[in-house]
Amino acid sequence: MIEVIDLEKSFDSQKVLDGVNLTIFDKELMAIIGKSGGGKSVFLKHLIGLLKPDKGSVLVDGVDITRLGTKELDRIREKLGVVFQGGALFDSLTVYENVAFPLKEKTKVSKKEIQDRVMQALEDVGLWGMEKKYPAEISGGMKKRVALARALITEPQIVFFDEPTTGLDPIILNSIHRLIVDTHNKYGFTGVIISHDIPEIFDVADRIAMLHNGVIVEVGTPDEIKNSFNPIVRQFIIGMEVPSFKP
Amino acid sequence: MERLLRILGSWALSMIRRMGHMFTFLMNSFYFVFVPPFKFNLLLRQMRFFGNKSMAIILLTGSFTGMVLALQLYYTLRKFGSDALLGPAIALSLIRELGPVLSALMVTGRAGSALTAEIGIMRISEQIDALTAMALNPMRYLIVPNIVAAIMVFPLLAAIFDVIGIYGGYAIAVKLLGMSEGTYFSQMEVFVDMEDIMQGIYKSVSFGVIVSWVCCYKGFYTGYGAEGVSKATTEAVVMSSVLILIWDYFIGSVLL
Ligand SMILES: Nc1ncnc2c1ncn2[C@@H]1O[C@H](COP(=O)(O)OP(=O)(O)OP(=O)(O)O)[C@@H](O)[C@H]1O
Ligand SMILES: [Mg+2]
Repeated sequence: MIEVIDLEKSFDSQKVLDGVNLTIFDKELMAIIGKSGGGKSVFLKHLIGLLKPDKGSVLVDGVDITRLGTKELDRIREKLGVVFQGGALFDSLTVYENVAFPLKEKTKVSKKEIQDRVMQALEDVGLWGMEKKYPAEISGGMKKRVALARALITEPQIVFFDEPTTGLDPIILNSIHRLIVDTHNKYGFTGVIISHDIPEIFDVADRIAMLHNGVIVEVGTPDEIKNSFNPIVRQFIIGMEVPSFKP
Repeated sequence: MERLLRILGSWALSMIRRMGHMFTFLMNSFYFVFVPPFKFNLLLRQMRFFGNKSMAIILLTGSFTGMVLALQLYYTLRKFGSDALLGPAIALSLIRELGPVLSALMVTGRAGSALTAEIGIMRISEQIDALTAMALNPMRYLIVPNIVAAIMVFPLLAAIFDVIGIYGGYAIAVKLLGMSEGTYFSQMEVFVDMEDIMQGIYKSVSFGVIVSWVCCYKGFYTGYGAEGVSKATTEAVVMSSVLILIWDYFIGSVLL
């Protein structure tokens, strides 16, 4: 279980997170929606311990990761898979080496098994035959899919997806969503997906949280969100500009 | 007046803080040099990176430096009637001073700048975050291989610079100015001691640390976007070059 309590973060004078409270239960797929530049990626980086909050805490299975040193933090990170917004593939490694990297560096899996698992993972994301290419030689959508394969290859207990489908065509978008749901059913990880895909995300997530002006304004099942009376949520899912206001 | 003092004070404080930060970075990476697991293939890759990138420019600048030295020193030494000492004069200036310094400056411009840009791009494209999120230490994977590679490669490149320079001087002194080949080389053997060679090596090793440290640091803490990386690259080259010359003076005055 991941519990986020009163998380606050500012960059210089800009307040990005202003007291975020959110609980993510074991094995659920939680989607986070919210406008561009609203601090979703910043929020996610706090869950991985890449950013330290100004105030508040992040409890992963009861342990406050904002107070941990690198060693203890790494023990928690071993359980994570992360798809970064830009893919964050290693430029100097091929597609194959990128996906194999976590297995090679973090586990004692045999070479043969690494090969089998990587090729299977690449096939799952529809990139069979691309394994010798370098990240600079493939399209943005392909990079996203390689990043997805790399994040899932170690069968992590918690997976963070930062916009895994943004910029993909509708067919691939659906196949990626399918893949996330299937892998989730198979391994039962806890998933946090940042997404702009409305309405597709309603069919993927168990619950949805909306981040707006640095706070979570609404959390609920897809049906609850769809029928929400909160004007901010309504306007966001209909797709109209929300006039920003300060309470 | 008070305001001036305050500005000066805060400037000095931020300067000290930044120096502390850089120094911690270096100490941190030294720690991982001695704590396993070691990344030998990355070390080899970075040695190739430094060597491969800089070899051509080292050969070019090395030969011209030797040639210029031969011309200039020949006319100076002839005035004192000691032109027989041309060989050792060239060899000593190269081995003790010009080889380590000029090759380090060349590597900075060629490989150091590329290094800062590469690490900077890894930072802004979140590759460093990705390593951290995999519970892998970016220091171990990105910084340590570069520092160790530089310590090993800089003396080698300086040695190549020296040898090429000596042969460049040979071409001018013997082929152009008609000095005897025997005098050029035999006097060199007499006057160049192991001590001189060691001084060159000490310098090269310390320049290797300086260049890889500064260039890695600037890349690792680059600002945002392409602009941030290009600024970091320029800063890394300028700072490395300045530190090379300052350190050269200090170590030279201590070792003499
Ligand atoms: N390291 C940083 N330093 C300074 N400001 C930052 C930093 N990271 C993010 N910001 C700022 O925080 C705000 C939120 O950024 P964030 O990337 O979290 O948005 P987002 O919700 O993920 O947007 P998008 O949907 O476009 O990805 C932005 O205004 C950004 O400029
Ligand atoms: Mg984002």
